[in-house]
Amino acid sequence: MPDLLLELFSEEIPARMQAGAARDLERLMVGALTDRGYLFEGIKAFAGPRRLTLVIAGLPAQQKDVREELKGPKVDAPAAAIEGFLKKTGLTRDQLKTEATSKGDVYIAVIERKGRETPHVLAEIIPEVMAKLPWPKSMRWKPGMAVRWVRPLHSILCTFDGELVPFSFAGISSGLHTMGHRFLSQGRIEAKRFEDYEHKLRAAHVILDAEERAAIIFEGVKQAAFVRGLEMIPDEGLLAEVAGLAEWPVVYVGAIEDQFMDVPAEILQTSMRTHQKYFSLRDPKTGKMANRFALVANMIVEDGGKEIVAGNERVLRARLSDAKFFWDEDRKHSLESRVEKLKGIVFHAKLGTQFERVERIEKLAGEIAEKIGADVEKAKRAAYLCKADLTTGVVGEFPELQGVMGRYYALHDKEDAAVADAIRDHYKPMGPSDAVPTDKVAIAVALADKVYQIAGFFFVGEKPSGSGDPFAVRRAALGAIRIINENKLRLSLRSLCETATKMVRGHVLLDCIMDGPLGAYTLIETKADDSSFRSISLPSGDLGVLGTAEIVRLNDEYPLSEALWLLDAERERPDFGDYWIEKTKRQKNYGPDAPAFLFDRGLLPFFSDRLKVALKEKGTRHDLIDAVFSLGNEDDLVRLVARVEALQAFLKTDDGANLLAGYKRAANILKAEEKKDGKTFLGKVDERLLPETADKDLHAALGRAIGAIGPALEKEDFAAAMQQMAALRVPVDGFFDAVKVNADDPALRENRLHLLAGLRAALHRVADFSKIEG
Amino acid sequence: MAQVRPKAKTFQELILTLQNYWAAQGCLILQPYDDQMGAGTFHPATTLRALGPRPWKAAFVQPSRRPSDGRYGENPNRLQHYYQYQVILKPAPENVQDLYLGSIKALGLDPALHDIRFVEDDWESPTLGAAGLGWEVWCDGMEITQFTYFQQVGGIECDPVAAEITYGLERLAMYVQNVEFVYDLAFNEQFRYGEVFHQNEVEFSAYNFERADTEILFQHFKDAEKQCAELLTGRKLPLPAYDQCIKASHAFNLLDARGVISVTERAAYIGRVRALAQACCEAWLETPMGKYTPRFG
Repeated sequence: MPDLLLELFSEEIPARMQAGAARDLERLMVGALTDRGYLFEGIKAFAGPRRLTLVIAGLPAQQKDVREELKGPKVDAPAAAIEGFLKKTGLTRDQLKTEATSKGDVYIAVIERKGRETPHVLAEIIPEVMAKLPWPKSMRWKPGMAVRWVRPLHSILCTFDGELVPFSFAGISSGLHTMGHRFLSQGRIEAKRFEDYEHKLRAAHVILDAEERAAIIFEGVKQAAFVRGLEMIPDEGLLAEVAGLAEWPVVYVGAIEDQFMDVPAEILQTSMRTHQKYFSLRDPKTGKMANRFALVANMIVEDGGKEIVAGNERVLRARLSDAKFFWDEDRKHSLESRVEKLKGIVFHAKLGTQFERVERIEKLAGEIAEKIGADVEKAKRAAYLCKADLTTGVVGEFPELQGVMGRYYALHDKEDAAVADAIRDHYKPMGPSDAVPTDKVAIAVALADKVYQIAGFFFVGEKPSGSGDPFAVRRAALGAIRIINENKLRLSLRSLCETATKMVRGHVLLDCIMDGPLGAYTLIETKADDSSFRSISLPSGDLGVLGTAEIVRLNDEYPLSEALWLLDAERERPDFGDYWIEKTKRQKNYGPDAPAFLFDRGLLPFFSDRLKVALKEKGTRHDLIDAVFSLGNEDDLVRLVARVEALQAFLKTDDGANLLAGYKRAANILKAEEKKDGKTFLGKVDERLLPETADKDLHAALGRAIGAIGPALEKEDFAAAMQQMAALRVPVDGFFDAVKVNADDPALRENRLHLLAGLRAALHRVADFSKIEG
Repeated sequence: MAQVRPKAKTFQELILTLQNYWAAQGCLILQPYDDQMGAGTFHPATTLRALGPRPWKAAFVQPSRRPSDGRYGENPNRLQHYYQYQVILKPAPENVQDLYLGSIKALGLDPALHDIRFVEDDWESPTLGAAGLGWEVWCDGMEITQFTYFQQVGGIECDPVAAEITYGLERLAMYVQNVEFVYDLAFNEQFRYGEVFHQNEVEFSAYNFERADTEILFQHFKDAEKQCAELLTGRKLPLPAYDQCIKASHAFNLLDARGVISVTERAAYIGRVRALAQACCEAWLETPMGKYTPRFG
């Protein structure tokens, strides 16, 4: 069967967009063809610096004929209804068939559409697909036309079965021609079939497939390194990027001057990678960075690359001079002295400065350190210094080196090694494949940083939504969960989050005061220069008129901390929150109960969702996480996960599956009967009213299980708790086999319902079984 | 190490080459604008002429001032005053990339010997409310040109779209002459760049960072803002008004270099300049040259 070849040739497409564009082109074409009833054998899209190419193999030359039957109104329907149907189908009344149905005779329209010739269909759908292609960023370039492409589009090559498919897009008519490499080829290339096209392009120094280009680069760098006794430092992201910057990649190797080799390797590598897109090489024996780099050019040159390498070395020299300058300058000031500067950097408009952030992380880190047995002073010290490198020149230039540089500067300042490492590691894990910190000091700071991030942004209403997560709160939550689970940290999430939100709440309230008509401006001023403060006088304790309260400047009478204390005292008033609720709308959740409320309604469900995502890969069932979470009061993730895992293992057993079925049956009966009677059946079982053996057995088994499940749970021996439940399976099954719950005797019925309610309650001590699917 | 290229062009020869090359492409060869500005884009021949339907082709050198880039003449390549060569072509010709590559060849950089690439770099000027898509052009890893298709200026959509090509002349010359320290550039056969500009860098760095009177500058800013708004009421005079916008922008840059503008204020100041630019651009479009009433042909 025939093939389609499509090439969209443009000016240079940003490397980062190429793969996505190829995927989108493929997806949209598949959709458009499927919508029109096409099946085909294969499809592949390619992307490179100047072209998107799509090839579809085995596409029928003719669209399938379509026969469609549409059911219309009844034969005796009002004329208007029948008219409408005729209009919709484009038929006349004598073309309609009738068919007998249970409702009487109805009209049926049979619509037959002859399949069209494929080139016609293609000429119609390709321009539509092109118009729909979702570039992350696109531009207009044709005068008077709204059409957009990533950069100006120059030509379209499109053939079907070797013949031109004529259409136009953006005023460009499709043709049979394309261009080769910008500098290594000349003139137009004509191509009608894919093999020919690919072959001619290769001859014109264009390698079509990004994967092949990446492989050439990878091999080239590896080889170039090998012959110098070195190896490449793998960098997938960089490899993909440079594969998008060259149609004919050629690897050259240049030298780094010795004067730069005592600059930390991370700086060299980052500078080379971000600014110049060079690969770093290292000594395979020592793992040390080598004084060589590999660059990927888009050129073969007569001099073997001498000019190109020399040029790149010069650029690198200038780049590294800058980096070295920053590195030398940065070390002239201690990290500690830089913390002060964080007061001038806003972290978030509602959460205050980086300095305030650090103060809060420090407090949280201290709290966590205490609980997990880390050195509290070291954790607090590391937290205090953890953001100071944001004010350094190197981090200003290369933000991705935050933390890494902090560690270097801390070591230079002779800080404790654990403190220095914690400064570096507190950003971890930075992605799903990044390891979590394992040293206790680092754990404390890393977790504190994340908890503050999550609770803080939630508190000020910047929580992630379906459409976005601008402050990376989800990532922070996944990080926190991994740190806790992988290190088996026994912590109360509630207590941590509340510590964080309480601090934020104080800040936000202060902000509100400053926003209010309270002469608050002076408060900001004082806070900034930290000189002195004035009292907040609240006339006659009437909070309703707090708005008219005055902030009076009393020279040097009240230091800032005292003023804040005053504010705190007022905040303890029960109606303080309500007052502010009235005052400003955005106040809603800022009352004294806000931290607890926020945790229950916002943070806990959020953590539960994140936990499901985190455990999904391990195959942990999300409904079981729900079942355990909805018991409430469980904010110790390690215990929670242990319980979920035990439950999952139990449900896989025969006993577990059957018990779950028994539970469902019991719960359904209870639900129906509770509804019928309008009451619950939580009463005590009357032991004298158990006529059958099955009644007695279940009652006895329940008694034993309840007696044993409690202590097992307390000891966190979830396996034992599950075993106790397993023992319930036989009596439960026996009960349902032998007795009729809704006995004719009302007293007996009620007693049996009490039994079932007892069963439900027993199981709910382990998990909310109603949340379990299946 | 690269060899010193024989017969490398001097700084002024580079300028002359570009002037001749772009003149041959039919560009008006304009002169620098006589106001202090941060980039050639501020020249009314770019900002205002990029708007409206009237075709435009111009090239010019523009001295560019970036007060906070001052390094007292000690940095090898950072200057608070440097030269941009600016080409503006509206509508953007289909072969504009080839035209550009022609200029590179004219400068003595043979694309067959070098690795020339167009690497994504979109451009945005928050003070002008302008944005475009384009690339930085790399020659052997060195950024030698900024290439932009304007999409918006003064908050107004450009149609037709103009192509803007900006060469950083000192950087280009350093590359061509194989010089590491900007002050070593041969301005012509006799004079070095340092002889012409080193003292300027030292003095102006001191002015920008230490001596510029911030009170006077704040006043300049306010005055320019006021005058600009005033010129756009009643009988509108967008060209003189735009001069005031340029002055306000430069006053802001100086204040920024003096470190007296906080992070939050910074955004507000940029917004104020943008509002001026936007108003000037809108008023310009109502003028005969802006809306292309064929008065002069």
